[in-house]
Amino acid sequence: MKKLYFREEWCVGCGRCEVACAIEHSESKHPIIAYFHEKIRQTPRIVVERKGNISFANTCRHCEEPDCVNACIAGALYKDESGKVLYNPNKCVGCYSCIMACPYGAIMKDINRKERKQIVKCDLCNTRKEGPACAEACPNRAIIFEEKEG
Amino acid sequence: MKFTFSLKPENFIIERDDERCIRCGACVQQCSYNAHYFLEEKNKVLGINHNCVGDGRCVAICPTNAIRIRQAENPYRPNHNWSKEKMMDLYEQAENGTVLLVGMGAPTPHPVYWDKIILNASQVTNPSIDPLREPMEVKTYIGSKPDKIEVVFDNKTKKPDIKTKISPQLELEIPVMFAAMSFGAISLNACKSLAKAASEMGTFWNTGEGGLYRDLYQYGKNTIVQVASGRFGVHLDYLNAGAAVEIKIGQGAKPGIGGHLPGEKVNHEISVTRAMPEGADAISPAPHHDIYSIEDLRQLIYSIKEATDYEKPVFIKISAVHNVAAIASGIVRAGADAVVIDGIRGGTGAAPKIIRDNVGIPIELAIAVVDERLRKEGIRNQASLIAAGGFRNSSDVIKAIALGADAVYIGTAALMTLGCHVCGMCYKGICNWGIATQREDLTKRLNPEIGAERAKNLLKAWKHEIQEMLGAMGINSIESLRGNRLNLRAVDIHEPYLSILGIKPAGA
Repeated sequence: MKKLYFREEWCVGCGRCEVACAIEHSESKHPIIAYFHEKIRQTPRIVVERKGNISFANTCRHCEEPDCVNACIAGALYKDESGKVLYNPNKCVGCYSCIMACPYGAIMKDINRKERKQIVKCDLCNTRKEGPACAEACPNRAIIFEEKEG
Repeated sequence: MKFTFSLKPENFIIERDDERCIRCGACVQQCSYNAHYFLEEKNKVLGINHNCVGDGRCVAICPTNAIRIRQAENPYRPNHNWSKEKMMDLYEQAENGTVLLVGMGAPTPHPVYWDKIILNASQVTNPSIDPLREPMEVKTYIGSKPDKIEVVFDNKTKKPDIKTKISPQLELEIPVMFAAMSFGAISLNACKSLAKAASEMGTFWNTGEGGLYRDLYQYGKNTIVQVASGRFGVHLDYLNAGAAVEIKIGQGAKPGIGGHLPGEKVNHEISVTRAMPEGADAISPAPHHDIYSIEDLRQLIYSIKEATDYEKPVFIKISAVHNVAAIASGIVRAGADAVVIDGIRGGTGAAPKIIRDNVGIPIELAIAVVDERLRKEGIRNQASLIAAGGFRNSSDVIKAIALGADAVYIGTAALMTLGCHVCGMCYKGICNWGIATQREDLTKRLNPEIGAERAKNLLKAWKHEIQEMLGAMGINSIESLRGNRLNLRAVDIHEPYLSILGIKPAGA
């Protein structure tokens, strides 16, 4: 399965991936509308970690044996046939067990959704033909979407 | 924010479309000149116009295209003699009392003769050639060619064989090479990009006076190693690692001036590559202290040839100055395999502004006079002629070849493929594009994978264009165009420059 891989040595820390992610997961998929005019501003499913000269993007690895799925008490997280780890917000009870279980810190609280506790996580831009928006937005090929063995 | 008092007005105005700005902070994070900042209490991103150098990093990186950079108009009473730039320079010197430093080639309006020279094409009386359907050779050989070729026939087999010993030659798949830019002046990632592109396109890149970094020895057969007045990084393995050795006497941007890599740029890798102490200033003297004459130059040329077993061509690079033809003649007679001439528009990582903008002659005139002089003296075959200094596109290249050059070096154009926006701040060492810097967070912005692809694309594109132009002229080999000035005509060039260039006016 094609997955996202992050190359710390080329990450420039600009955060374009975060913006691209938020826009892609918005209703309008339009940068201005997504950020200012939609009811809920999307929380990026990818986060750029920065410290000094080091920066890298971080999001879900879509593990073979995902701890988050095992930890989910409501069955909101599941692995589909293709191997993607996906999230069904309708089943979520907002216990954040997945956030505690994920060894990569790749699951985020949906901080922009005030009425209900939810999480956001990478779905590899499930419905996007061209593949994940973050990889395309990266100016320095620090995020690559490819099939790797092992 | 500091509020220091300065007489210097801003050069650029940062315009931010507040409706488009999503406050992501990419511009703040990316600008190494600190021209953007976040005003958190008001949730606003603001610009500091004074800090902006106009290198376009924020414009390119902003995910919502919210930023425009505009050139600031002259706030003073217009005065042709006292232009804004002249006034700014004066204020700067009044504040600091220093020689003004600059990067890149001269932006001064010296005439660009390339723009006034036009090419010929075949119509009716001779056929043009379609390079997509017929062979079109753009391969060039750099090196000394023999005066005559002696052919002997084998007594038994009657097969011919060449008796003349041919000097070492560089085989160029396209007559464009990457100019000397040292690891130090530019980042290692920039060097890697150019080295990889050159080796994949069958042309050459040049180490400059920065030595050859250990990872780059693998590109040795596409590398020209430079020996300059500071002798940084020069040792036997280095000389033998390259395909050719270039002795740098001068550089187009700063003829008669040495080099100076400030100590803060000399990190561990550079100190190892250059064989010098970490953190020490790398100072290249203005002259080579062992070359005070053509005879001295000959000694160095032959020392290098001796060290490399006469297997590598030796280039001599000089800047185009008033007596360039006579100097080039001396260089050829001293035993150089190629003469490199760098014109007044040649680039630099750092040079005194007053030198860059006022010293040297345009490369077009230099090529013409050197080619003419070497032909008249009957020694043109003894050395190749490589031109450098501000080549912008493939038509500049083909015009240079028609004027008499064998190949050209491109420096600034090559860096532009890597992201350079010619802001001229190379000497500051905090290049936003990861090119003219050694700061780790900035150098990682240039991924050599992408850089090599882009530099390669440029060479590919120019190769196609050169083939198209040759085809239109009805010539099927770049070597048939060399010195073929009948294929050039001048518009709006007047005597005596017409006769110096040796071309006819258009219509004649």
